[in-house]
Amino acid sequence: MKTRIHAAEIDDPSMVDEEEIRQSPFWDWDFAFDAFPDIFMAFVEVTLLVTVIGSLVAAVLGLVIAILIMVLPKPLAWVVRWVANFIRMTPIVVQLIFVFWAFVWMDALTIGIIVFGVHYATYMSEVYRAGIESVPKGQWEATTALSMSAGRIWRKVVIPQALRSTVPSLGNYAISMFKDTPFLLVIGVAEMVTVAGERGAPVFRTTEVYTIAGLLFLAASYPTAVLINRLEKRLAYAH
Amino acid sequence: MEFFEDWPQYFEVAINWSDRLLAGLWTTVQLTLFGGLLAFVIAVTLGLLAGSPNRWLRIPARILIEFFRGVSLVVLLFWLMFVLPQIWMRNPDLPFRDLVYNTFLLGVIALGLNYGAYGAEAVRASLTTVSSGQWEATTALSMSWSHKMRRIIFPQAWALMLPSLANLWVHLLKGSAIAYIMPFVSDFTAELNQLRRPTDIWFSHAFIGLVVYFILALILTVIMQTLEARAKHKLGRGPSLREILSPAPKAVMAEGSAVTVTDPPQDPAGPDSASAKTEGGVRR
Amino acid sequence: MPTPTDAAGIDTEAAASSSPPDTPVIEFVDVEKSFGSNVVLKDLNFQVAQGERVTLIGPSGSGKTTILRLVMTLEELTGGYIYIDGEPLTHENRDGKRVPVSKKEQKKLRTRIGMVFQQFNLFPNMTVLENIIEAPIHVLGQTKKDAIAKAHSLLDQVGLPDKADAHPSSLSGGQQQRVAIARALAMDPEILLLDEVTSALDPEVVDDVLNILRQVADTTNVTMLIVTHEMGFARDVSHKVMMFDGGHVVEEGPPDKIFTNPEQERTRKFLSAVLGH
Repeated sequence: MKTRIHAAEIDDPSMVDEEEIRQSPFWDWDFAFDAFPDIFMAFVEVTLLVTVIGSLVAAVLGLVIAILIMVLPKPLAWVVRWVANFIRMTPIVVQLIFVFWAFVWMDALTIGIIVFGVHYATYMSEVYRAGIESVPKGQWEATTALSMSAGRIWRKVVIPQALRSTVPSLGNYAISMFKDTPFLLVIGVAEMVTVAGERGAPVFRTTEVYTIAGLLFLAASYPTAVLINRLEKRLAYAH
Repeated sequence: MEFFEDWPQYFEVAINWSDRLLAGLWTTVQLTLFGGLLAFVIAVTLGLLAGSPNRWLRIPARILIEFFRGVSLVVLLFWLMFVLPQIWMRNPDLPFRDLVYNTFLLGVIALGLNYGAYGAEAVRASLTTVSSGQWEATTALSMSWSHKMRRIIFPQAWALMLPSLANLWVHLLKGSAIAYIMPFVSDFTAELNQLRRPTDIWFSHAFIGLVVYFILALILTVIMQTLEARAKHKLGRGPSLREILSPAPKAVMAEGSAVTVTDPPQDPAGPDSASAKTEGGVRR
Repeated sequence: MPTPTDAAGIDTEAAASSSPPDTPVIEFVDVEKSFGSNVVLKDLNFQVAQGERVTLIGPSGSGKTTILRLVMTLEELTGGYIYIDGEPLTHENRDGKRVPVSKKEQKKLRTRIGMVFQQFNLFPNMTVLENIIEAPIHVLGQTKKDAIAKAHSLLDQVGLPDKADAHPSSLSGGQQQRVAIARALAMDPEILLLDEVTSALDPEVVDDVLNILRQVADTTNVTMLIVTHEMGFARDVSHKVMMFDGGHVVEEGPPDKIFTNPEQERTRKFLSAVLGH
């Protein structure tokens, strides 16, 4: 039977005890150090996990979608394309809730990984499509001239060339996905922001926990983005 | 398959709840419009500052941009909702006390800051994409910075930044769904979620909800493509709006009307946005 | 064809202008320009007198375009001084110290300089007329009525009287360049910089544009600094030709002498390459 307890119930901020807050410091280092390990563990165990596996799903499924759109007969390719557009242009939050209640037997974390993976696969498919289209015509002609089979052309020539240029985009989408992971709180996954809230709520201390969560997002995404940018420049020069 | 047997019930429930769903839809539209407006103002302001030759303007703008797009939207939302009001709790005499408890307003601000920071990068990148010849011509005519920005550079960058801004607006619409977790914000997702109570086959309504969001996203895309076509026509590229909307569309129509996909927001220090690829400057 | 005496004649006319008669309009003193470690110009010294028309020739990469761009402040001067009417353009020499001049002073000097670019650089978001009147109204503070009247007479002069309301994208390259010349002249520049203005044009319209510039040269005493590959044009309009190579002046002199009887082997080689004999 469908027995799910809905997770996202946020306290009304005006309901808190103002007097208590007024008497406590704005920032409490002891509490910050105390809460940090739990938040960090949630960061590693859930946020990073979803990001890494979700990105892998997106990378593989995106390629599948891109190839399907290119090789399927027109009407079918059109259907695949618009399903992808549909997924891409609708909110992850609603998708999460939808899948959460549609597949009640499934574990919420798994749902999270699938939804993020599929959602970003629809973005990645466009990147691959552009990558495949950017393989020079001469390459196709050369393979034809060598009488290579279609499967071989794809495996040996087109995909390796298309993949190279898509690495930076995959990285950028991984960062986007990373910053979207707090949406998981709507299906009750104990990701970083949820855990931060749970640590702060009982003692009416929110400043430290949400600041830590925000800084962890910054600390992980900014250097990664800088690295991806460098990689992208290097790939651009290599051409 | 209960899914198909239950269809009549879905519609019955949806119709009974139509008032609330429409009210929720209206809230979502408002979040998208006001959030989009704020994001646009922030994007242009920070984008211009980040593209300024003066480092005392440029560096603070860069820090703000990286900060507001680096922290997640949800963190920003919670920060505004739980941490910001503490300043007023500690200083009860500060003005605008009611505003910091207005969760709808906080939602608009969070959406505006987050997507505005992404937009700022698009604005900055599109300014640099305006061909160097145009910048040089303004120098040769001794135009001041504000003059050349207002009359020459920005109008040209506008056509280049619109596709990125269109993507971001759709992202903002999608992101606005998270506002339903805030108390007193009954957006479309919140009302959909309430539908779960009278029926145990809620997921099909969530699907209807997805379709509604999809249609909203398509509408935003069409609006932005219209703006883009107009902007391009003003630069002497592409047909005028009247030509596009004329009953006998020409070949160009196919290109202009195809609903293109959205890119996710570019990330800190990410590539100089898709707009960098579009052509710039004068026709040769 | 102008002769050196013409130039001298114009020099005396210059007494009417605000600066002392013998102050050069453009003066380069020990100018040095490098892009990173790549030195493009070094120890460059030359003067251009009021009303003088000087053509810079030389192989590509010899730094001639850089000279124009330095005068227009499109490039940053890395060493030495440039004076316009005796006033420092970017840096001044204060007791041997190289001090940047204020932006305000620089802007004031810059309004006396106009430039026509290889790629025209018309503003695509404005009509031809708007392109021409934009700066006179908003930079020089002319009234709209005056600016429009002047723009129309300039459009007559460049042979495009009926194109005022056209958009640049609807014009041919030659027409765009003629508008660009009108736009530069609308600012009443004391100095006009012409940077390979015909290089991007189809061969059959090159003469139209050059004839307009010849006419400008004949009817005004605007000082011109010209970079061109059109040797015939250079010969017709300039008082002085400077041959550049590797950032140095190889040879300079009146066009008749440079083109018919150059002293330097390097000049001879260059000319025979471009003239094809």
